[in-house]
Amino acid sequence: MATEQLTGAEIVIRALKDQGVDTVFGYPGGAVLPIYDALFLQNEVKHILVRQEGGAVHAAEGYARSTGKVGVVLVTSGPGATNAVTGLTDALMDSIPLICLTGQVPTHLIGNDAFQEADTTGITRPCTKHNYLVRDVEDLPRIMHEAFYVAQNGRPGPVVIDLPKDVLQLKSENYLAPEQVKHRSYRPQVDGEEEQIEKAVEALAKSKRPIFYVGGGVINSGDRATELLTEFIHLTGAPCTTTLMGLGAFPGSDKQFLGMLGMHGTYEANLAMYNCDVMMNIGARFDDRVTGRLDEFSPDSIKVHVDIDASSINKNVMVDIPVIGDAERVLEAMLSLWKERKYNLDKKSAKAWWGRINEWQAKDCLSYVQDGPVIKPQHAIKRLYELTKDRKPYITTEVGQHQMWAAQYFKFEEPKKWMTSGGLGTMGYGLPAAVGAQQAHPGELVIDVSGEASFMMNMQELSTIAQYNLPVKVFIVNNQWMGMVRQWQQLLHGSRYSESYSDALPDFVKLAESFGLVGMRCEKAEDLDRMIQEMIDCPRPVLFDCLVSQEENCFPMIPSGAAHYEMLLGPDDSAARPISDEGMVLV
Amino acid sequence: MAPMEYLIESRTIAVLVDNEPGVLARVIGLFSGRGYNIESLTVTEVDAAHGLSRITVVTSGTAQILEQIKAQLGRLVPVHRVSDLTKEGTCVERELALIKVAGAGDKRVEALRIADIFRARVVDSSHSHFVFELTGKSDKLDVFVDLMQPLGLIDVSRTGVVAISRGAKAL
Repeated sequence: MATEQLTGAEIVIRALKDQGVDTVFGYPGGAVLPIYDALFLQNEVKHILVRQEGGAVHAAEGYARSTGKVGVVLVTSGPGATNAVTGLTDALMDSIPLICLTGQVPTHLIGNDAFQEADTTGITRPCTKHNYLVRDVEDLPRIMHEAFYVAQNGRPGPVVIDLPKDVLQLKSENYLAPEQVKHRSYRPQVDGEEEQIEKAVEALAKSKRPIFYVGGGVINSGDRATELLTEFIHLTGAPCTTTLMGLGAFPGSDKQFLGMLGMHGTYEANLAMYNCDVMMNIGARFDDRVTGRLDEFSPDSIKVHVDIDASSINKNVMVDIPVIGDAERVLEAMLSLWKERKYNLDKKSAKAWWGRINEWQAKDCLSYVQDGPVIKPQHAIKRLYELTKDRKPYITTEVGQHQMWAAQYFKFEEPKKWMTSGGLGTMGYGLPAAVGAQQAHPGELVIDVSGEASFMMNMQELSTIAQYNLPVKVFIVNNQWMGMVRQWQQLLHGSRYSESYSDALPDFVKLAESFGLVGMRCEKAEDLDRMIQEMIDCPRPVLFDCLVSQEENCFPMIPSGAAHYEMLLGPDDSAARPISDEGMVLV
Repeated sequence: MAPMEYLIESRTIAVLVDNEPGVLARVIGLFSGRGYNIESLTVTEVDAAHGLSRITVVTSGTAQILEQIKAQLGRLVPVHRVSDLTKEGTCVERELALIKVAGAGDKRVEALRIADIFRARVVDSSHSHFVFELTGKSDKLDVFVDLMQPLGLIDVSRTGVVAISRGAKAL
């Protein structure tokens, strides 16, 4: 087949097919017309037309996170590429494997300030795992396959391939299959050092107050990693908490699960972290939202840190036993060593440790009182969970209070069901992410748990939902405030609510109907269950406007600059403990 | 003395990279984006057959920051190897400077005399100026530049540090 001549655009499509890509999220424009032409002439790769390029990247993220595959984005040069930047940064922060194909002006015009020219590789260098500018069509097959390898291996991330229009039109007869391409230098370490693994397992075996602190790295590593993790935790009998990104890595309703930790994590998870003597961090990165005040972070524990990214080790928190490697391989080795040596945690200490944990759990930190006709936002989300859990829905969120409540009240029994913008905190992520998740899982229930402010950041994607008749359910927890901003203004800025009120909101029911979707509005607690059920039973896309009490705050909360044991459990606590000066400067 | 974790150390780090467009920008962007210091940075192709360039960075920071710098460099996709030359045994460090001194009379004679002491070579001259070429460790170059200051120093160009480990082992 060596004599077969393919244009650059045909090489792109061929490489996508060879990489097993079935869906591309994109938006056409001048510089990528050759690729759109090649797409038109085939049927294997489906293109989902979004309404803004930012939506394409989040949709690809939703697709990637819900499938474990690489998400693919196709956008034009200039504004197409710059609109993709937020999504790329989001994917970099949350370690989502993406390929973003960007058009570029022809090579002879690069640097001339041509129409729709932007220095895409320059702009995206700090917000991608890697990027390429293809200057020669002969390099294109290699770069395409290399990009897929880089996006998926090691710590996953987004890779941009910038494609000048002339390169897309030139022909080459040297297409390469994926197996013919081997990256020159990039070989991430996947097997942990045996000596370190042994030390880690020994430390765990000797521990009296262990805890597993699990992050999104386990989910990225694959389903096998979550199975191994669950088996290991069950075998040890130790408690487990996960980060926001790690929800679903360990079954949410398991009795060893303490819930999410961190700023809005559970009381029991945070206190167990503070008081533990051995911390098994598997695929988490000691994010500031998790650690709180660093010098008070779990002061007496031996810290094991398993991470595929060596730069995560000792970045925020100094650890005692680092293990660099892929979670699946390392967990496999740890588990077999634990079994081989017939290790067991000391029964008496374990019992005492669980006794303390049970006391913290008895605080029932996620409790709330739903009385009267006005719906509490916590109640709305809890009911949404209870009424949908049998369907094992895919949940996406936007960013803010509703996101934290969803993380608190939803229980994820398996990985890849939960898609949220953790690292970057991108409002507007959830709606397009739901598009991607629904596209990947046509028969499944996909819900975007949203807030009215976040929703409006990317609501143009309702049109995408309508075009492809994706039965996404958008559940807007509508308190008419940028709730988390308002909460911080209340706690940190003397209740001076500067620009955080959601004024001039549209009628969401009419908005939905104008796109040909189903609109619903729920205003009373007594209607909630019935209407949620109606939404789930509806085979069409639904925009559900759930009006909730306006000034509810998200608790529990570790105020910025505070330590794990300084959690605020409710509004009375926050009045008693003002935020420190150091805390005021933190975000 | 400051506690160990706050002690600022200087390190010379060698980085072997694919000689591809943008690789230097990646390294520099990493330093500026994460707020690390660059005291000196040099780069040039060292192996044309394999398309490899070598970057020498002199940087400073606490032990934790220095470890971060190495780990962050190591995870850049085109990076083959990162070596902390200061920490992993001893190394030879050299820098080259071209120094232009203009003047006449006694100062001119004195400049030439000091250049001789430092084993600097004259690579360009006229009746009113010299250009000296001087190679050595950076502090030697600093001293020479200081001495030339009152003698009519008008221009300095320095390469930045290049370094290689001592002994029979390669990077």
